[in-house]
Amino acid sequence: MDTASVIEVIIKSAILLLVMTGGFAYLTLYERKVLARLQVRIGPNRAGPLGILQPIADAIKLIFKEELIPASAHKFIFILAPVITVLPALVITAVIPWGGTVNLFGRQVHLEVADINVGVLYITAVASIAVYGITLAGWSSNNKYAMLGGLRASAQMISYELGLGLAFISPIIIAGSMRVTDIIQAQADLGIIKWLLLQPLAPIIFLVASIAEVNRAPFDMPEAEQELTAGYHTEYSGMKFALFFMAEYIKMIAVSAIAATLFFGGYLGPFVDRWPGLGPVYLLIKIVILLFWMIWIRATIPRIRYDRLMAFGWKVLLPVGLLSVFLSAVLVLVFNVGVPFTPGG
Amino acid sequence: MLKEFARGLWTTFRSMFEKPVTVQYPEVKRPVRTRFKGRHTLKRYPDGLEKCIGCSLCAAACPADAIFVESAENTDEARYSPGERYASTYEINMLRCIYCGYCEDACPTEAIVLGDNYELSFTDRAQAIYTKEMLLESVPEPSQTTPRKVEPGIFTRSIPVMQDPHD
Repeated sequence: MDTASVIEVIIKSAILLLVMTGGFAYLTLYERKVLARLQVRIGPNRAGPLGILQPIADAIKLIFKEELIPASAHKFIFILAPVITVLPALVITAVIPWGGTVNLFGRQVHLEVADINVGVLYITAVASIAVYGITLAGWSSNNKYAMLGGLRASAQMISYELGLGLAFISPIIIAGSMRVTDIIQAQADLGIIKWLLLQPLAPIIFLVASIAEVNRAPFDMPEAEQELTAGYHTEYSGMKFALFFMAEYIKMIAVSAIAATLFFGGYLGPFVDRWPGLGPVYLLIKIVILLFWMIWIRATIPRIRYDRLMAFGWKVLLPVGLLSVFLSAVLVLVFNVGVPFTPGG
Repeated sequence: MLKEFARGLWTTFRSMFEKPVTVQYPEVKRPVRTRFKGRHTLKRYPDGLEKCIGCSLCAAACPADAIFVESAENTDEARYSPGERYASTYEINMLRCIYCGYCEDACPTEAIVLGDNYELSFTDRAQAIYTKEMLLESVPEPSQTTPRKVEPGIFTRSIPVMQDPHD
């Protein structure tokens, strides 16, 4: 790797981090606005025109809040936990391509931070790390509500990641690769309709399980207000609380980006071959639509009971996930599409 | 189950296109209900004299002990209200007041009335005490201010003659 490539990767990472954190700020506003409209309200409209300065006002407020650390908390882990939660959410998007290859300053730049050959595996692996942060936050707070919230988060994560992981397998089977760019290429070759017909269940499983993955309503058991006050972040205040918030919202963006990339064509769209600059725009549009889906679900469905959530995860999502894998494998064999798997190749 | 799910989603989606119920408060103010009990006002007769005769029945009726009244003698040289006495001091502590309206019920001259103003805010406790000057409504005409010099022998009744007993 020459110096120019290193600089290129650093610049791309910086852009990605800035986009994700900026996206987090404006996702809070987007959610509040959309949620308000779904509930026949107006939503924030005081800070700046149409409330566009609201996230900045919130950030300033949170920065100036007092940071409390409970006397009996485990201080080191208590401070570390929000960091463990927020970092995977940021790192996970490194393997998501947000465009094809563009020519910038006489250099062929591939619009992706890291094009690794186990991209999908990387996504599942990194996504699971965040739950350590949540569980440790719950444990180190030394508070019964936080503890229960943390335990629920870990139990929920285990039950849902099975379904999520099985949903990932279908695109891998059809594309014959774990590299995310190969999966995008397979979608370009097959066409999006054919791509979805070959895996009819996987996108649905992913959309359901991903809501549980980011701990949002109706699967927000770790922070069920009525039972657990605020769940794992009961004892957190100020910027440490903001970090948990940030993790949740950045993960929302990341999960939407993953869903868009694996199932809905990623940066592909009309004329993207001719103008590769359109790629990020298409990806953004798809992410915004998928985020709307998450907010819409939150506005519609009440939180389900914990035992039903576990039953749903193990007794419905897991068998359906297995069925989905089976279905995709059979469809690929019957119609003889996709890249044939060669053992050892 | 999926049918209910879709129906719920459709309901929330449809509500996106309804007119928001929000009232943009500082710019748009929703009118209060007819029996709303807001900030008190001390009323005057059409001739400009104060209705309050300083009897302290409101202070006695007040369950929160928010009203303080001190009365003084009227003279025909300096007349505030009909009859013998008037309220020289009338203070309501708005932090204590619970807006029950018992003062209104107790008042024999209908001098104190709970109005429709609910925008009461203070930056310190002393500001919460509303004095007589703040509570008293303005005179109907500029010449009718109190105290004023009147002909002797006119304003002898502190409570006006009841016109209609069924009123």
